[in-house]
Amino acid sequence: MSSTLYNEIINEHNLRPYHKQKLENANYTLEGVNPSCGDEITLELFIEDGIIKDAAYEGSGCAISQASADIMAEMVIGKTLDEATHLSNLFLKMIKEGVSEEELEELDEAGILQSVSHMPARVKCAVLGWRTMKELIEPLKDNN
Amino acid sequence: MRELDDKVREVFPIIKNNDIAYLDNGATTQKPECVLNAVKKYYNEENANPMRGIYELSVAATDAYENAREAAAEFINAGDASEIVFTRNASESVNLIAYSYGMSQVNEGDEIIVSTAEHHSNLLPWKHVAEVKKAKVVFYDPEPAGEFDIDKLSALLSDKTKIVAITQVSNVIGRINDIKAISKLVHEKGAVLVVDGAQAIAHIRVNVKDLGADFYVFSGHKMYAPMGIGVMYGRKELLEKMPPFLFGGEMIESVTKERTTYAEVPHKFEAGTVNVGGAVGLHAAMDFIKQYGFEQIVARENMLTSVALDGMREMPYVDIIGGDMVCNHHGIVAFRVEGVHPHDVAQVFADAGVCVRAGHHCAEPLHRYLAQFAGTRINSSTRMSIAMYNTVSEVERFLDVLSSIRGLMGL
Repeated sequence: MSSTLYNEIINEHNLRPYHKQKLENANYTLEGVNPSCGDEITLELFIEDGIIKDAAYEGSGCAISQASADIMAEMVIGKTLDEATHLSNLFLKMIKEGVSEEELEELDEAGILQSVSHMPARVKCAVLGWRTMKELIEPLKDNN
Repeated sequence: MRELDDKVREVFPIIKNNDIAYLDNGATTQKPECVLNAVKKYYNEENANPMRGIYELSVAATDAYENAREAAAEFINAGDASEIVFTRNASESVNLIAYSYGMSQVNEGDEIIVSTAEHHSNLLPWKHVAEVKKAKVVFYDPEPAGEFDIDKLSALLSDKTKIVAITQVSNVIGRINDIKAISKLVHEKGAVLVVDGAQAIAHIRVNVKDLGADFYVFSGHKMYAPMGIGVMYGRKELLEKMPPFLFGGEMIESVTKERTTYAEVPHKFEAGTVNVGGAVGLHAAMDFIKQYGFEQIVARENMLTSVALDGMREMPYVDIIGGDMVCNHHGIVAFRVEGVHPHDVAQVFADAGVCVRAGHHCAEPLHRYLAQFAGTRINSSTRMSIAMYNTVSEVERFLDVLSSIRGLMGL
């Protein structure tokens, strides 16, 4: 097996993340932890009118967890809560059971983490950001 | 005495049949054919429920089991075979001591001293005893590079100290603790010493009498034996006054509706049908080790460790936990690569066919403790650990991958 996981995109999101920062106007925050790796993130969202207007995270962990969270933040900005949940479900599906070509396309840059589905020890790292985001917005949707 | 060289690999099927560098021996070792064959032979030729049956097969099973007990006693120089209690593994052994000796001897206000370097197996049972008995767990912190400061331990010991639980060889730092000096100190205070030998037993000669250990525990699977068999050594005098831990078949002398008389040690602690196959495998593993002898094993493992440390020393971005002296590692080298998370490090190794472990190695307090000196938030490390069948070329393969990691991660 060759080292396919750490490509330029993952390394770039890990080393020079776009959204790893404090979000001053955040109105929702949730911590996510992956005890098996010791990865931890604090996800902050600014949500207005049912739309994720801004997203950022802070934390530490392996490249997979941090890059995946960065990609997630990038992708959910501008999305409605339903759209963000849909993306999260799709991402989890890709990791757990696999997705169709169209679904993979929909996942855009997050699709590069597809190979994690064959690495049981890394699944929790890859889904940390997505799972945390879904957990954060789930109760908000119920209120709508 | 058989000569120990690369040919030893021929008798380990997994090692022989796979193009991997297996350097996760601190987690578990591979099994030689003689161990696998001994287990198979037992089930093919001698299997019956031991201890009870009057027929020949049951006698054979009982003999196989008790012979293994005698071999274990001899292996660690216990005074008597009855001081060897078979368990599932080192964790269960510590739990047995904690539930039986701990719960019956520790009282409110007493103290249990545990080193911060302990594997969770030699920490959590003691935290539990302390919680239930309203006693206190007192932590002994090793020095930042892993040295043991006997004066610091001495200062922690008091009349309240009932138990001191400490590892012989740390599963992260690889450092050996001077158990002999520690036991002397502990006994002066009238406390008992519980020694975790899980990372020592396959790598150095262990002599429990000379060490002065009151209890000494280890797992078979880290010393070339099958999983599911372990040993709890206890001084007979202590075992005799301890209540049973598990209740059930085979551990009694007589049972009436009103009263139970328990069997003598060690059977008092071995409720239910025992793991004869595992014990037979452990016996074969001990014989296997003895064929080569610890002199050769220590020399080979130190030689391999020194190749690893020499290579790692040349990589300024690699931080070796516990310093770079061979004599302090016992085949265990945990490290951090600057700028790369330990799990990513292990992933790159895995992709290159090198098996190493990443995480806190079930020693979270130690990693948190060490992180404060390293000025990092990362409470984990990557660990390579050597066994007698590893080779120089495997260690070189490890070093090649290690030197490539930062580049692969875009650094």
